[in-house]
Amino acid sequence: MSALNIKKGSNKHSAYNLRPTFSDVEERHTLAVIVDNEAGVLARVIGLFSGRGYNIDSLTVAEIDHEGHTSRITIVTTGTPQVIEQIKAQLGRIVPVHSVHDLTVEGRAVERELALIKVICTGDKRVEALRLADIFRTNVVDSTLDSFTFEITGTCEKIDAFADLMRPLGLSDLARTGIAALPRGT
Amino acid sequence: MTRQMTGAKMVVQALMDQGVDVVFGYPGGAVLPIYDEVFQQNGIQHILVRHEQGAVHAAEGYARSTGKPGVVLVTSGPGATNAVTGLTDALLDSIPIVVLTGQVPTFMIGSDAFQEADTVGITRPCTKHNWLVKDTANLSAVIHEAFHVATAGRPGPVLVDIPKDVQFASAGYTGPKQARTGHYQPQVKGDLDAITELVAALETAKRPVFYTGGGVINSGPAASQLLRELVEATGIPITSTLMGLGAYPASGKAWLGMLGMHGLYEANMAMHDCDLMINIGARFDDRITGRLDAFSPGSKKAHIDIDPSSINKVIKADIPIVGDIAHVLEDLLKVWKSRGRKVNAEAIAKWNKRIDEWRKVDCLSFKQDGPVIKPQHAIARLEALTKDHDRYITTEVGQHQMWAAQYLGFEDPNRWMTSGGLGTMGYGFPASIGVQMAHRDALVINVAGEASWLMNMQEMGTAIQFRLPVKQFILNNERLGMVRQWQELLHGERYSHSWSEALPDFVKLAEAFGAKGIRCSDPADLDEAIKEMIAYDGPVIFDCLVEKHENCFPMIPSGEPHNKMLLGQASTKDAIGSKGAVMV
Repeated sequence: MSALNIKKGSNKHSAYNLRPTFSDVEERHTLAVIVDNEAGVLARVIGLFSGRGYNIDSLTVAEIDHEGHTSRITIVTTGTPQVIEQIKAQLGRIVPVHSVHDLTVEGRAVERELALIKVICTGDKRVEALRLADIFRTNVVDSTLDSFTFEITGTCEKIDAFADLMRPLGLSDLARTGIAALPRGT
Repeated sequence: MTRQMTGAKMVVQALMDQGVDVVFGYPGGAVLPIYDEVFQQNGIQHILVRHEQGAVHAAEGYARSTGKPGVVLVTSGPGATNAVTGLTDALLDSIPIVVLTGQVPTFMIGSDAFQEADTVGITRPCTKHNWLVKDTANLSAVIHEAFHVATAGRPGPVLVDIPKDVQFASAGYTGPKQARTGHYQPQVKGDLDAITELVAALETAKRPVFYTGGGVINSGPAASQLLRELVEATGIPITSTLMGLGAYPASGKAWLGMLGMHGLYEANMAMHDCDLMINIGARFDDRITGRLDAFSPGSKKAHIDIDPSSINKVIKADIPIVGDIAHVLEDLLKVWKSRGRKVNAEAIAKWNKRIDEWRKVDCLSFKQDGPVIKPQHAIARLEALTKDHDRYITTEVGQHQMWAAQYLGFEDPNRWMTSGGLGTMGYGFPASIGVQMAHRDALVINVAGEASWLMNMQEMGTAIQFRLPVKQFILNNERLGMVRQWQELLHGERYSHSWSEALPDFVKLAEAFGAKGIRCSDPADLDEAIKEMIAYDGPVIFDCLVEKHENCFPMIPSGEPHNKMLLGQASTKDAIGSKGAVMV
């Protein structure tokens, strides 16, 4: 018998680097999950992601059928193709889940997000903020003499771009809803 | 017209309508109304355990040995939290159990009331599904749905949390036929195209192997029958996981023995060198696969499983088939027969010859010499003296569990109850109680280690109270043997806290509870002592003092593939690389 010489701090030799040769290219997928709107259903979905170490980039949820009590959860996640498949299979296993749709592979989808952006500024900056807001087709939903709150709808990238422009002009608060998505066509 | 009744009465009525005859439980403040109803009826027998964990393991033992769901009734707070280990155990081994917990009244939920715990929150990740019932009108329907969810598809544990005011209030009773089973209807029929593809692969395979698991047992007796028919008709060798032992008889000609970390040489070699692996109801667990990037490198892999998430989880399946094992095997046999019952007989004969060479290694051989009982010898004698009995075996977790799996032969499904996925020490004793409840006249033996056994030893009281003649066959090496073995191989023989000091005198312990105690330390006395244990009409603690430093072989060192097995003490030097050392 001999002691094994395990080098100090050798924890990089993790069990998990012995995985087989699945593709390791990460993909971003938008999933729509139709669920019974019952107590704890969102906790089940979120618990699945945290418990199994999956990523959530964005999450939205609301009841979409008040009579049938079903909700639609839209999740944007990143992972290797194998992980994405595993996420879908694991979601499908949850008892109150009716169906899981991968909008990224089921054809093209419309994805939209809404954000409220508050900008505090005066003078030239205030004029410039309003001008840019107009270009981005936002709505002004609240204004004072030294602030605007803009409502902007679009893709994540559009909202990112607008927020980046507002930052030097006095962006003070930003609230985003996360992505809602539907497949294109019938 | 629906019958009006209290929630508490509904619980008992719903259990009766589900055909429940035994409930394992422990009373407490938040379930008193239900216990009052249990008191006033005779249809359901209540088994009072001594700890809620014991109740869940007993229900698991009942479920595994009958195929019916096991039922547990415990109180709120600590009653529920004590059930968590059992729930997790049942989840990992896919065992159908229904746990009913009391809860503080609805108007006190969230107020940190006495014995309040967020039971559905705590048990959400360790149940297949759970419910908090806030309205008595829904209670009976939810219980019926709970039985459906526990047993449909891949079985698992479910929990129904019932606040005390819901138990007191009255509402109309919903019978099992009226209750909704929801949209939860897992697919049982496999895709016929995929099945045909598997048949085609089977017809031409030169080195095929069946790798079967607990899914065959869970699918029911028909699945085991079909599996046997398929194996006999094709002559293809078969191995099984720890969970699947008994689906194919150990005396069968095609039987390779268990595979995996402590599996048989011939089984692991066949897995490594096969060209077609047919996984039937197993899940490529890490105890089975060993090193993944070197797992059975040259084979095409078919995977039949009722749970879509099992497929492609760790090993890519070339032929994935989602469905219930019995349904899929039935279709598979039909298709195979309709295509002329073809196999590559010549190649398979050659393959079996090669396997026979591996069998000659005789990897389970040991030498019983000297004055001390070898643990392998103890199990081998137990097998010889009990195999003709109507026998059920449970185990605790550790070396003794692996030796039991290696040296005991199982001829039928549902005869072997062990904690596979979670590896729960303390499982076997309460499980043996659950098994004995279901099979009152059978010989039920818990093969144990002394350390595991002590974890739920309080259940001696249960065994005595309900006259359950469970035999506790303890391989006593005064060590946490498997921990000790890993410390020897991996941690420079520094045996950190892996010995059992201050052990009780097991014979006196048995007598203190009113049971029989037998101690055996001399190999010459072993047979007589085992016979005495079998003959005694009551619970027995058998303290079998065995070799203290015996290691469990064969062993695939962690981080190594199937063909790098250690066969005995001499081959252990530097066996585990630094990569393997971090794996459990």
